[in-house]
Amino acid sequence: MSRFLRYFLLLLAAASFIYPFIWMVSASLSSERGLSSLTVFPVEFTWSNYGSVFSKIPLGRAFLNSVLVAVVTTTLVLISGAMAGYALARLRFRGRDLIFYLIIFTMTLPFQITLIPNYITMVKLGWVDTYFALIVPFVLNSLSILLFRQAFTSMPQALIDAARLDGCGELRIIFQILFPNILPTVLTITILTFMGLWNEALWPLIVIRDEPTMTMPQLVTLFSVGGRAEGQLGVKIAAAVMLAVPIVILYLFFQRHFIRSMASSGLKD
Amino acid sequence: MTRRDKWIPYGLVAPYILHFAVFVAFPVVFSVVLTFHSWNIISPMEFVGLANYTRLFKDRLFWQAIYNTLRFLIIHIPLQIVIALALAELLNRTIRGASFFRAAFFLPVIVSGVVVTILWQQLLGYNMGMLNRILTAISLPRVPWLDDPTVAMYSIAVMVTWKNVGLYVILFLVGLQTVPVQYYEAADLEGATSWQKFRFITLPMINPTIFTVVVLSTIGGFSLFIEPYIMTEGGPMNSTLSAVMYIYRQAFQYYHMGYSATLGFFFALLILFVVAIQKRYVEQEI
Repeated sequence: MSRFLRYFLLLLAAASFIYPFIWMVSASLSSERGLSSLTVFPVEFTWSNYGSVFSKIPLGRAFLNSVLVAVVTTTLVLISGAMAGYALARLRFRGRDLIFYLIIFTMTLPFQITLIPNYITMVKLGWVDTYFALIVPFVLNSLSILLFRQAFTSMPQALIDAARLDGCGELRIIFQILFPNILPTVLTITILTFMGLWNEALWPLIVIRDEPTMTMPQLVTLFSVGGRAEGQLGVKIAAAVMLAVPIVILYLFFQRHFIRSMASSGLKD
Repeated sequence: MTRRDKWIPYGLVAPYILHFAVFVAFPVVFSVVLTFHSWNIISPMEFVGLANYTRLFKDRLFWQAIYNTLRFLIIHIPLQIVIALALAELLNRTIRGASFFRAAFFLPVIVSGVVVTILWQQLLGYNMGMLNRILTAISLPRVPWLDDPTVAMYSIAVMVTWKNVGLYVILFLVGLQTVPVQYYEAADLEGATSWQKFRFITLPMINPTIFTVVVLSTIGGFSLFIEPYIMTEGGPMNSTLSAVMYIYRQAFQYYHMGYSATLGFFFALLILFVVAIQKRYVEQEI
């Protein structure tokens, strides 16, 4: 295949993935007329679609909810995952293999089976319509434990022995001595967890009914399905842009890490 | 080791154990219990024996959801493999600009399905959709992408392929790079055609990646929810009703907790069963 043809096909493919997003941004900044053109730049530039979104739904509040849920949960995933991963990689204790098998079991278990019982747990704990329902079920994650275990296994024992001689406890060894040496793994887990939570719509739809507690994907979903968009496509697209922008900005900064992290999670299965 | 030290590992895994007990072990056991009960959460649970199971096998919508999922997968899996493999092959020989192309293909992977679905609504609408306007412009008839029960699920399958294919390009690239160059050199000496090299060297070497793609896509098909929920709400005529959507509908529209747990239980078994079969079959093939 000639070089020219190869680049032509690749550019065509790249355009088919990028152009729709460019169109989306410019359409959201256009009058209704812009929606019916294959434009790259806004037609009859206006902010009115964004104005309508914010006046119809509490999107600012939902953004803050999303940030809160994603940041708190990701932090807890890193702490709890590192603790369990370290124990599995570095300490010998009765039941260690059992825990390893439980983690593998959890990873192969389809979520369809736990969905309804977990909702009932939320009801019984009185966590429906609270941040607890959005955070607590996700604070431990099997993949992150396995990734931490892998990273800690490859650390030299001398590093740990030296820290112990200096009188470090296990928590200080994990978070002060070892953590700085496994930053690529930390970044991978952070990206996977944060992105998953930022985009998750099904679980919030189940456990949150109260608008002030909703996260962005849920609010935008309900806005698009329900009648509040009132057929105004521009408003709907503006809401979608607001949902996409934060994660796309993160992607622009950490592109390689995003790709590597996702690929490593795909290859694990 | 002192007495206190002996407990340290257990302290470190304690959060995991607690979380596993509450969010994995209990739900699995409780879901089995629920399958034998009728319950709307508010009034007391009522034991109904096997009624949920007999109802399930006679439930037209349960079979419809499975049929819809199969129709989704029959388009989604081959399309995903062919496009991802083709793009990975193109990228594998490209050095200049490779990272730009990878990043571009990956863009839809990182955004929410909510965003992708709203975007594709503009593309697939019957009257105002981009695709139909292009068809009209070149004087072809409009296609009811989302309004025809036979077409709607295939439209969604194409959309989900567009969203996910970038991830599989990367997986295939990793796979392609594991093929030793010497194999191709030896084949060149024997005078093999490009197709022969692809069929007898590349394909067998990347078979594990193909298996990964098939399994991940299958699980994805049975987990489909937000895309049809926003795009069609399961319609027209339940032709895009997905497995998870039906669980959701039974639980949160009708409050049939026992029955929706039975649905969840069966779909989970079905996923494990299908993946086990794929494992046997795909690994032996090629």
